[in-house]
Amino acid sequence: MARRTPEGPPPPLAVQKLRIRYAKRGRLRFSSTRDFARALERALRRAGVPMAFSAGFHPHPKISYANAAPTGTASEAEYFEISVTERVDPEAVRVALDEALPPDLDVLEVVQAGPGSLAERLEASVWRLEMRGVTVETLAYAVERFLEVEVAEVTRMFKTGAKTFDVRSAVVSMVATESEDASCAILQMVVRHTTPSVRPDDILTALHAVTELKPPVPPLVTRLAQGPLLTAAAGVADPLAADKEAVGS
Amino acid sequence: MHTRTAGDSLFPALEPLLEQVSKPIQYVGGELNSTVKDWDCGGDVTVRWALMYPDAYEVGVPNQGSMILYEVLNERPDVLAERTYAVWPDMEALMRADAVPQFTVDAHRAVGDFDVLGISFSTELGYTNLLTALDLAGIPLHARDRRDGDTIVIAGGHAAFNPETIADFVDAAIIGDGEEAVLMVSDHIAAWKSEGMPGGRRELLLRLARTGGVYVPEFYDVTYLPDGRIQRIAPTEHGVPWRVSKHTVMDLDAWPYPKQPLVPLAESVHERMSVEIFRGCTRGCRFCQAGMITRPVRERSITGIGEMVEKGLAATGFEEVGLLSLSSADHSEIADLTKGLADRYEGTQTGLSLPSTRVDAFNIDLANELTRNGRRSGLTFAPEGGSERIRKVINKMVTEEDLITTVSAAYGAGWRNVKLYFMCGLPTETDEDVLQIAELAKRVIETGREVSGRKDIRCTVSIGGFVPKAHTPFQWVGQLSAEDTDARLEKLRNAIRADRRFGSSIGFRYHDGKPGIVEGLLSRGDRRVGAVIEQVWRDGGRFDGWSEHFSYDLWMASADTVFGASEWPIDVDWYTTRDREESEFLPWDVIDSGLDKEWLWQDWLDSLDETEVDDCRWTPCFDCGVCPQFGTEIEIGPTGKTLLPLTVLGAGKAAMAEAHTHA
Ligand code: B12
Ligand code: SF4
Repeated sequence: MARRTPEGPPPPLAVQKLRIRYAKRGRLRFSSTRDFARALERALRRAGVPMAFSAGFHPHPKISYANAAPTGTASEAEYFEISVTERVDPEAVRVALDEALPPDLDVLEVVQAGPGSLAERLEASVWRLEMRGVTVETLAYAVERFLEVEVAEVTRMFKTGAKTFDVRSAVVSMVATESEDASCAILQMVVRHTTPSVRPDDILTALHAVTELKPPVPPLVTRLAQGPLLTAAAGVADPLAADKEAVGS
Repeated sequence: MHTRTAGDSLFPALEPLLEQVSKPIQYVGGELNSTVKDWDCGGDVTVRWALMYPDAYEVGVPNQGSMILYEVLNERPDVLAERTYAVWPDMEALMRADAVPQFTVDAHRAVGDFDVLGISFSTELGYTNLLTALDLAGIPLHARDRRDGDTIVIAGGHAAFNPETIADFVDAAIIGDGEEAVLMVSDHIAAWKSEGMPGGRRELLLRLARTGGVYVPEFYDVTYLPDGRIQRIAPTEHGVPWRVSKHTVMDLDAWPYPKQPLVPLAESVHERMSVEIFRGCTRGCRFCQAGMITRPVRERSITGIGEMVEKGLAATGFEEVGLLSLSSADHSEIADLTKGLADRYEGTQTGLSLPSTRVDAFNIDLANELTRNGRRSGLTFAPEGGSERIRKVINKMVTEEDLITTVSAAYGAGWRNVKLYFMCGLPTETDEDVLQIAELAKRVIETGREVSGRKDIRCTVSIGGFVPKAHTPFQWVGQLSAEDTDARLEKLRNAIRADRRFGSSIGFRYHDGKPGIVEGLLSRGDRRVGAVIEQVWRDGGRFDGWSEHFSYDLWMASADTVFGASEWPIDVDWYTTRDREESEFLPWDVIDSGLDKEWLWQDWLDSLDETEVDDCRWTPCFDCGVCPQFGTEIEIGPTGKTLLPLTVLGAGKAAMAEAHTHA
């Protein structure tokens, strides 16, 4: 017997792809990637974005997520792509989607996708850690020790079991600075995206192993940016720059 | 030590803990359509409710009842309501270590700062979680130890129809529909506050008790007979009624709540928007407490439902709508409704679902309508009893032929799996009645293979132990013991497995008899059971509805200690497996659910005679007592109206269209 296929016409085709940057702020830093995905799908429906869907009995909106920040970390630079079935004005989508998402999940930029893969442009992240209860002197000393070592291994549990990997080689730069609050130093670092990915908490674990540094309360972690790694300035570039240029030209 | 002003946010203290717990998102609030109001939104007479669903956030957040009350209360300018849920043990440990009190998820305010803690008890298995919340909130566990300024603890929901079991811990219980009742309570609190809170909490509780619709256990004295039975429960204060009435909301169209359903970020057990299409059920299934206590039937009109669906989808973006009630296919205009909605939402990727449907061919048509373009994976039916005889006992008027006709229609229409729900331990039941389930399942598979022409169709038998409940014709009957339940289920499982031709196509899921005994103890308990709950809780009992947390042994050990030390010959069996006589004073007799006790007893006798009772929606009133008692009446259609086509979703599209393509 033939397999049942859905009746009716096939879903409309995608005519445009959008790349979107959003921020995860405040208490919503405790949302997970799955939480965001659910909220986004509903927001897209509420906003009336003409989403493209996959075919089949369980049509899914065409969304692809790139390299999401872990649960508990805030971010100013999260990315995903969507496909739509009618051409839309990216700025109008930004406004509508931002309105439809809960406060603290803020849509910052929407651009029409140019050629090339977004995921491949996300080579590294800039992280900022507010180390509450740590003075800048203590932190600077720890950073210095850490940068001296060539290998700093940590062990983390994965679905497949415990894995030990080096985090030092992923750290492109790391600096300690002071904040307005003397009891809270700032750790800023550029970390290359590797497999397994090196997360800020892996680096904290390594810092602790190498230098004994242990903040009394968990630091507030924010991803400030991610994009192509600029080797010269040890920072990252705007991953959407190429898309913006493509539209401008 | 730092000082905190009432209503301040606890979030700064909570935040470091969130880094260390599982699923922190459940504690942060900020759900779409949630509300945070100014602590003094009503000035000096602001009435503040903390509403608790005493289970995990993922179970509590989609609960209809709590969501309704949250919205109804917050619509009042001088009232604010926030939500709180049971925290998981990992969070509880951290909160204790850091002295962080029970908090609301909306503005992270301390529950102890609120005037009222309103708890929604849909199930008795939430009682230990109440104690955790009270303790974490710094509210004295026992109502008698609470003083002026302490939060007033009010229980509601279906389990509150027997409030005696939790009489030690609650200041009041409100029975029945909450929409109007919570506003009434708010009015009393506001008035009492504006008068300068004369007489303190006692005076306020007295005023509430004297309305006749609020049960305040403290104002009732229970006396016992030497054999442990209750002699009587009598009011101790002037003006407090002997029996407290349930509340009934009439004209559901006037109460279209929730208008703005909450949409959590976190995953929950109910990932869809729900519209209650009617309340109450008069099918008269004798085991069903929900049906008995929510009479009479009150329908929402087809147009009222259409409007709620439209607004709710716009407010939430949910991809599925559930048309809920106790027996959804019984709505007088269900065919027009499902067709109308399916037409309206055609092509918008919006799913419709109709849980709680009965076994009949008509419902297959409905199900087919609802899945017009979708996959037909599983359909669920609840014959509840395996044999024709036992179905007469419980008044589930479904014949084996009905069932077979229905399932063959289902398999014929392309459905692959039919789930069948049953109960074990029904009154008068024997092994034979239960083994009949295996025969039924085999016939289902046989018929299914015939009509579909396929071998891969399945049927799943799901079965759990029956727990007799208050305010039903089975309220007097002894519950089947856990051992006997398990033995019967084992026989059934063997009978299914042993069948060579069909056994492999029949799935078998069952719940063992032990949790049912605890549920039985709590649902037909009296005040003396409170000490058992407390003992269990002190020994670490939490989340009793979760098999990974539930401990039967802990409950039995605590019950032995408490009852063993009591002056009466009572034990768990006495509360659960014992048959009661008609004349026995039952703990919940102080609650007037409208059902006439004599009618209930007659229905019990009819049950023993295997006499069936019709539905009063289509046959004359059979005098259950509810309507005359409360001056209510059945409210059903048809209205004759239909749903007009509508531009429903994606209204924002036009604004988004690329400007130059329209130039
Ligand atoms: C009918 C029903 C269903 C129906 C319809 C639901 C509905 N209408 O909301 C259906 C079949 C859809 C359903 C589904 C589920 N259900 Co159900 N359901 C029930 C049932 C029997 C009645 C609920 C009901 O009528 N709600 C209607 C609302 C409006 O009424 P209400 O909640 O009672 O609230 C009113 C009053 O009681 C009062 N009130 C309530 N609280 C308070 C508090 C105060 C202070 C006051 C004053 C008044 C007050 O005011 C409210 C408004 O009038 C309850 C058991 C029960 N006895 O309550 C279980 C129950 C809520 N369901 C339960 C479960 C587990 C589920 C499912 C998750 C099952 C599953 N595993 O799939 C699903 C959920 C989603 C899904 N995946 O489909 C459990 C919850 C367990 C728990 N730990 O809390 C319950 C308790 C049954 C049980 N004993 O296990 N359910
Ligand atoms: S009083 Fe009569 S009409 Fe009303 S619910 Fe009972 S049986 Fe039905």
